[in-house]
Amino acid sequence: MTALAAAPARAIRAVGLRKAYGKLVVLDGIDLVVAAGTVFALLGPNGAGKTTTVNILSTLISADGGQVEVAGHDLEREPGAVRAAIGVTGQFSAVDALLSAEENLRLMADLRHLGRHEGPRRVAELLEQFDLVEAARKPVQTFSGGMRRRLDLAMTLVGDPRIIFLDEPTAGLDPRSRRVMWGIIRDLVARGVTIFLTTQYLEEADRLANRIAVLDGGRIVAEGTPDELKRLVPGGHVRLAFADAAALDRAAREFDGAARDDEALTLQVPSDGGLGSLRRLLDRLDGAAIKVNGLSVQTPDLDDVFLSLTSADSDRKVAAR
Amino acid sequence: MNALSTYLADSTTMLRRNGVRMRRYPMIWFIAGIPIVLLLLFVYVFGGTLGAGLGGVAAGRAEYIAYVVPGILLITIAGAAQGTAIAVAMDMAEGIVSRFRTMPISRASVVTGHVLASAAQTMLAVAIVVAVAIAVGFRPTTGPAQWAAAIGLVLLMTLALTWVSVALGLVSKSVETASNLPMPLMLLPFFGSGFVPTASMPEPLRWIAEVQPATPMIEALRGLLLGTPSGSSGPVAVAWCVAITLAGYLWTQRLYEREPAPR
Repeated sequence: MTALAAAPARAIRAVGLRKAYGKLVVLDGIDLVVAAGTVFALLGPNGAGKTTTVNILSTLISADGGQVEVAGHDLEREPGAVRAAIGVTGQFSAVDALLSAEENLRLMADLRHLGRHEGPRRVAELLEQFDLVEAARKPVQTFSGGMRRRLDLAMTLVGDPRIIFLDEPTAGLDPRSRRVMWGIIRDLVARGVTIFLTTQYLEEADRLANRIAVLDGGRIVAEGTPDELKRLVPGGHVRLAFADAAALDRAAREFDGAARDDEALTLQVPSDGGLGSLRRLLDRLDGAAIKVNGLSVQTPDLDDVFLSLTSADSDRKVAAR
Repeated sequence: MNALSTYLADSTTMLRRNGVRMRRYPMIWFIAGIPIVLLLLFVYVFGGTLGAGLGGVAAGRAEYIAYVVPGILLITIAGAAQGTAIAVAMDMAEGIVSRFRTMPISRASVVTGHVLASAAQTMLAVAIVVAVAIAVGFRPTTGPAQWAAAIGLVLLMTLALTWVSVALGLVSKSVETASNLPMPLMLLPFFGSGFVPTASMPEPLRWIAEVQPATPMIEALRGLLLGTPSGSSGPVAVAWCVAITLAGYLWTQRLYEREPAPR
């Protein structure tokens, strides 16, 4: 694709991005680099600063400090050029509820100055692509959450943006709509579009993103590929479930250093999850005559990364407020 | 495209959008309805007595209709301003305005679209009220040139109050506030020459009534529609309109350029 060749290798670059509302520091100097044609996920708990980051990168609000380049243009000096290159689908539905789906898309086509022939053609194409043909003339007020979200993204795509910001694109969607949205995002990437995505769903970041940054308390606490992040946390474990507290007690004495959960009557024994170590574990349990109700092998996932990286920091943030 | 043609094209698009919104969520009957009720109230309930109080040989209800219509028209415009403020506040609460802010469009077009659509709606409401006034016996005694001048003055008054009401809609943090803020505008004709001559008021109130902008606007309209002597009210009314429009425009631009509050 020629358009891709012309795009800069770095779609987004931010250095020392800062933002505060009064005394509340929302972004405390974050650095980001997003390569063109990749999916970058900004992962973090509620209130971490994800939406603020998207709002700054998409020119909606200004930063207090730092340097940002989007699509090769300086955010502060050339906001118009940045706006021409990006598309934004925010967390809050950005559709006109009093208009129909078709009218919403036409509005975008007119504002992008697509012209009398190209505009309707593009609108028809997007209605088709986003499975909105049947609902095209119905008022958006009657749409389900999933339909609204699809229309929202379709409106973002009217101008064929090279960089798309998606702020929690699947929040509040049912599992099926979520999968549809993931499919749409993969299609976009296949066509060379750069995606900057925020999410609090680790599975989403794991499945879609080339690189993930974990944002917590206004700082990037970890950054890398999904696999690199998983390596940051201690290895996996085997989870043993017991019928009663007595069995749990005996097992806890047998496996010193394992994490016990008295409420769930479970014990987490560190393990690489391999067959050999599993057999040794079972032999030890047999040897001590401990009866186990259930067993599951857990390999580290992004949940572990998320919890181990963000939990301690949220206390600091509360204190700062 | 250069900046001006972008502004014109985008403003036209926004005007069309607001036109569709007004059809889907019509406020026109509410906007025209209140002044019509006031007109009927003042003509048929108070008109006999108030008309006799106007003085003159044959003063009565018929004379009072002629007297009260210009004030009712100003109330119509002020009432429409309330609708405008509500519409703007409702729109700003929707995510689509955030979308507009991140798009490569003329920023001023968002507000311009609201002003043009609201002004058109207000002029339509004024036309409906004038039609009702004529139906109950309002008989303008004026020629085509005065009619044109009266329409022009109504348009200036509409633009002035629309810019202010768009600003009031932007400054309001909720739709409820937007609905309440323009309320005082509707009271101005009562504290002016809208319903009774200012000469009949006690001294300090009379002074306020004569300097506030509603009075020259009403007197100028009265002069154009009914040929009553209006002195300097014409130029004074136009000056007020221009000043209010300018202030409303500047205030609006500043409010829209403000950083949107975090949600």
